[in-house]
Amino acid sequence: MEKEGLGLEITELRLGLPGGSAPILVDKNEKKRVFSDISGDHDNSSTDWKLTQTKNQAVGWPPVCSYRRKNSFHEKDHLETSKMYVKVSMDGAPFLRKVDLSMHKGYSDLALALEKLFDCFGIGESLKDAENSEQVPIYEDKDGDWMLVGDVPWEMFIESCKRLRIMKRSEAKGFGLQPKGSDHRGNSKDVAK
Amino acid sequence: MMNYFPDEVLEHVFDFVTSHRDRNAVSLVCKLWYRVERFSRQRVFIGNCYAISPERLIARFPGVKALTLKGKPHFADFNLVPQDWGGYVQPWIEALARSRIGLEELRLKRMVVSDESLDVLSRSFTNFKSLVLVSCEGFTTDGLAAIAANCRFLRELDLQENEIEEKKNHWLGCFPDSCTSLVSLNFACLKEINLAALERLVARNPNLKSLKLNRAVPIEALQRILMRAPQLVDLGTGSFVLDRDSDDSETYRKLKATIQKCRSIRNLSGFLEVAPRCLPAVYPICLNLTYLNLSYAAGIHGSELIKLIRFCGKLQRLWILDCIGDKGLEVVASTCKDLQELRVFPSDPFGAGHAAVTETGLVAISSGCPKLNSLLYFCQQMTNAALIAVAKNCTNFIRFRLCILDPAKPDPVTMQPLDEGFGAIVQSSKRIRRLSLSGLLTDRVFLYIGMYAEQLEMLSIAFAGDSDKGMLYVLNGCKKLRKLEIRDSPFGDMALLRDVGKYETMRSLWMSSCDVTLGGCKTLAKKMPRLNVEIINENDQMEFAHEDSQKVEKMYLYRTLVGPRKDAPEFVWTLV
Repeated sequence: MEKEGLGLEITELRLGLPGGSAPILVDKNEKKRVFSDISGDHDNSSTDWKLTQTKNQAVGWPPVCSYRRKNSFHEKDHLETSKMYVKVSMDGAPFLRKVDLSMHKGYSDLALALEKLFDCFGIGESLKDAENSEQVPIYEDKDGDWMLVGDVPWEMFIESCKRLRIMKRSEAKGFGLQPKGSDHRGNSKDVAK
Repeated sequence: MMNYFPDEVLEHVFDFVTSHRDRNAVSLVCKLWYRVERFSRQRVFIGNCYAISPERLIARFPGVKALTLKGKPHFADFNLVPQDWGGYVQPWIEALARSRIGLEELRLKRMVVSDESLDVLSRSFTNFKSLVLVSCEGFTTDGLAAIAANCRFLRELDLQENEIEEKKNHWLGCFPDSCTSLVSLNFACLKEINLAALERLVARNPNLKSLKLNRAVPIEALQRILMRAPQLVDLGTGSFVLDRDSDDSETYRKLKATIQKCRSIRNLSGFLEVAPRCLPAVYPICLNLTYLNLSYAAGIHGSELIKLIRFCGKLQRLWILDCIGDKGLEVVASTCKDLQELRVFPSDPFGAGHAAVTETGLVAISSGCPKLNSLLYFCQQMTNAALIAVAKNCTNFIRFRLCILDPAKPDPVTMQPLDEGFGAIVQSSKRIRRLSLSGLLTDRVFLYIGMYAEQLEMLSIAFAGDSDKGMLYVLNGCKKLRKLEIRDSPFGDMALLRDVGKYETMRSLWMSSCDVTLGGCKTLAKKMPRLNVEIINENDQMEFAHEDSQKVEKMYLYRTLVGPRKDAPEFVWTLV
């Protein structure tokens, strides 16, 4: 039977090169065929490294539960990252786009990606000099508030960002952004990290 | 003769019968015993929430106080079951709330729990005491806030490995000042916590015996908490790192002194973040530990692990990462003579090689720890000779789960399948109840399992076997089999349909990426109305063209008294 892709990409293990560039997606059908070529022949030593890597990427293998995967693998070997796709809208652009926040290391990396996505300049500048730039990147956080991008540490940002918008400076006035430095949630020293 | 005793006497006798299976057996003796047993039953275990309905549970056991429910199939842990498959606790809680059941304890595993369910739960049962959620999802800290605020006599809140969305609501602060009954609190799977509320909570709950912290609790706070709770038996540390800014030596000294006062600690876990130089602070309590779980402590390297283990002479259960290495396992073998359970988890899923264990470590353990009865071992490779040696050294395995990271890998020395090795294990451990196989395996291993594993209840198979014969050996031979889960193995309709009655003696069967066809599953469903035969079909519906000859990607069948479930999503087809 011809097995079509099952749309399980979200759950597949992927090999990502260091530096966060695009992951290599192993085609599921290819894995299946490769495996059945071997299984019937017990004299074959499965020594081919590439073959080994392919087989190791079977969905749900090794059988370690997802909670443990996310929490116990060595930081540097943490190849499986949870996807953090958020919608990005840019004033004037007809279509929204999506970015995977987990693929970026920091704000400048994200700014570059956004510039490429919308084929524009100035987003990186806006992070350094918010007052004067033409574009204002803002994001909606878990509480539904619109915040200026860049204030909080990157890790905190990607945890709380629900969507992004690149606003024109002219629209920014009166939009109701939370001012930098205030903690509108009322949290203070009590909350650890 | 027993008929001449009043019911109260029977009931009193049954009070001493506590295991679920024994009570089930008691209820089958005669109508009288069934009746007395049913009214006096307080603890009910439901291994598959779709096997029965809440209404029938309530009707039969009106006195139930403690309920355990399990939802998704085991392979859901490994992302083989799509989101929204099912396993909702809501209907259970609603039904129990509507009835006059005085629920006190609820334990859920692999279920979908909503904030609303938790809210209803917290308001409906005045004596509710214990909530244990394992591998559940669907709720947020709002639900936890409801539990904290409304369950006035809460003794236990145990959250193990759940996916919980965290709102900024300080749920821990919702425990009222009058809450002083806590015995067990585990929030290790959360990312944040309100520290001040935590410290106040610990201070006013002197009966706290089990406390498992999360990453957000720094070592300084741990020290303050332990000062308040030296009576702890079970401790899960959070972060075990000294801030570079703080006065290291003073903090460390205080910590060490405080820990030394905690003479009751027998179970130690956590170390979600750890600075190895802080570890010696726990050496004094290692001497009395019976359970040590360092399987989330990715920050501890092999040599530090070994230093720690050398202090743990009384250990009975050890959960660890494979960075301990074979050498480290040799140290375990020479130190932990009372060891009964060992779990070695992979620190690197793709098996880079250096941070791993092999057959050498396992043989050493079996040689040094003859009481070993429960094993979960992720390793780079395994040999038949090693398994045979292990089988000779340890004859008491109840659980034997071996996972060779490279699927279908043969014995690297002989290039043979591992049939003989596993055969030796099942032959020597006559009481084995759970077995997980890996490595290159032919039908022969199943022949051995069918012949020798008379007590086997759960079997997990992946990338194994040659033909239907393999599966048939197991179905025919293992009379006590309850759960069978198979993936990527060449078993098809012939094996599936040979003995359809067998499945009513089991809880469930999972088969994915095998050779069973839609037609075969339909035939089975037709013959066995008291099974739900579910096909999980994530393909585009149009492409899966209802061809009977088409292989089924995922099939999950289970016995049930209540027919097809009504909450199945559109990608789950229940065949009838």
